[in-house]
Amino acid sequence: MLQISCPYCGARAEIEFRCGGQAHLERPGPHDQVSDRQWAEYLFYRDNPKGVSLERWVHRFGCRQWFNVARSTLTHEILAVYGMGEQPPQLEGTKR
Amino acid sequence: MFLQEPKDLTRHYSAASLLREGFNKQKGWAPAWRDAAPKAEYDAVIIGGGGHGLATAYYLAKEFGMTRIAVLEKGWIGGGNTGRNTTVIRSNYFFPESAAFYDFSLKLYEGLTRDLNYNIMFSQRGMWNIAHDRHGVEMLHRAVNAMLLNGVDAELHDGAEVKRRIPILSDAPRYPVMAGLLQKRGGTARHDAIAWGYARAADMRGVDIVQNCEVTGFDIVDGAVTGVRTTRGDIKTGKVALAVAGNTSVLAELAGFRLPIISYALQACVSEPVKPVLDTVLLSISHGVYISQSDKGELVIGSAIDLYPSYAQRGNLPVMEHTAAGVVDLFPRFSRMRFLRQWAGIVDVMHDSTPVVGLSPVKGLYLNCGWGTGGFKAIPGAGFCYAHTIAKNEPHPLTAPFSLKRFETGALIDEAAGAGIAH
Ligand SMILES: Cc1cc2nc3c(=O)[nH]c(=O)nc-3n(C[C@H](O)[C@H](O)[C@H](O)COP(=O)(O)OP(=O)(O)OC[C@H]3O[C@@H](n4cnc5c(N)ncnc54)[C@H](O)[C@@H]3O)c2cc1C
Ligand SMILES: [Zn+2]
Repeated sequence: MLQISCPYCGARAEIEFRCGGQAHLERPGPHDQVSDRQWAEYLFYRDNPKGVSLERWVHRFGCRQWFNVARSTLTHEILAVYGMGEQPPQLEGTKR
Repeated sequence: MFLQEPKDLTRHYSAASLLREGFNKQKGWAPAWRDAAPKAEYDAVIIGGGGHGLATAYYLAKEFGMTRIAVLEKGWIGGGNTGRNTTVIRSNYFFPESAAFYDFSLKLYEGLTRDLNYNIMFSQRGMWNIAHDRHGVEMLHRAVNAMLLNGVDAELHDGAEVKRRIPILSDAPRYPVMAGLLQKRGGTARHDAIAWGYARAADMRGVDIVQNCEVTGFDIVDGAVTGVRTTRGDIKTGKVALAVAGNTSVLAELAGFRLPIISYALQACVSEPVKPVLDTVLLSISHGVYISQSDKGELVIGSAIDLYPSYAQRGNLPVMEHTAAGVVDLFPRFSRMRFLRQWAGIVDVMHDSTPVVGLSPVKGLYLNCGWGTGGFKAIPGAGFCYAHTIAKNEPHPLTAPFSLKRFETGALIDEAAGAGIAH
């Protein structure tokens, strides 16, 4: 069982949270100048890294706030928790 | 042309050979395929020695006459999802494209033991999909109608009939069983036998099966693949076919492109073995669990993915707990049974729960991926269609709709919503 530190409530068990997928995706625009390829990239294509994954989580059965998590997809170790809108910390093995 | 028969392999299984070895104290059995060393060059290289890679090699050799080919496997064959899956085989999909493909695959399964001369223990014990509320019943009606329109066998029964056919179901479950959809031709097979049977049959036609050989990079010149790099040396080839399930994004990145895939852990477990109690496969979407009993007597239990990306090949506890709760509500008598093993495989999930079997952005590099939680049933069908794709450099008509392009055109085949079944 993972223990995740909600920035608002503190350390809680994994079952209170839900992973919302890859973080830092930016909606392309303006909408009438976006190609089908760009929409596909935005909606469906993902980095899917084997290693450090930057992802959004929500404290679903808690404060219901969203935040970002840097997590290893190999060990599930949580390397950092940071706020929405914040840039990810510099971590070894991060792609971007 | 068949290879000259090496003396140290057993080439044909029959009632006579069983009888002979019975008298011979089983001492005469020899390995079923060669553990080949990689050559410097092949006409085609398949990456991944799971069911999909091995079936593709077999059909390439058998149907398309390509025998200078190799299957490269980083571990041992069948050690990935093929050896970890719960072996449910069915074709109860919603959309015509899926139904046509999966029923083709199911038909190949029906003749596979004979075709491979290898007992895959395919048991068409039927597959039940049960509903616990009015809306679930409506969804079953819709599914049955879709299946019948697609020419696939399907029967709808009320809750009393489900209980009559599966008497060990609880008399008073928390969520009553109101109806069940039965696909009689569905069932299970032996997971390892699929890998081993295809490996042996491919080997017999000259295919090199190379284990402990990890692909670590690609040689790509002017947008076309010219070879692969491996932990056992470089190999020249003009055709490279991926069949690496949950690791597809990792290999695509080595080849310089991204994919619409997320890798998740999917877990399963088996109980201690008991006398026969369950002679069919039962799935409850509301509980998110499914269950069957293996020939060894173990209850084989599975559920949904762990809901965050993972390459860790181990499942988390909350999902197992949820799974056990569902099983115990349906079958209270299983509540005191002990788990024997629990494990996970890394599955490659696409947004619409439909795979890709086709071309990639790199010339000569082919894609078989996105099977997610349900690609075991697809192994014969996809092996056949993928072999066609590789040999002719164009998709097979049955898998042409399963292209990468659909994410741009919007022609998704949304089985996640359509059939509503994960596996
Ligand atoms: C717990 C569980 C239950 C399931 N239940 C069902 C079910 O009931 N019915 C159903 O239809 N499907 C089921 N599935 C899904 C099914 O198992 C898969 O879709 C299918 O087995 C995939 O086969 P494959 O050959 O593509 O992949 P795999 O069998 O995973 O083979 C891929 C191989 O590629 C190798 N590989 C990876 N990277 C490299 C590299 N760089 N170089 C060389 N080799 C590499 C791996 O070692 C692996 O052996 C289940 C899956 C799991 C995990
Ligand atoms: Zn919180």
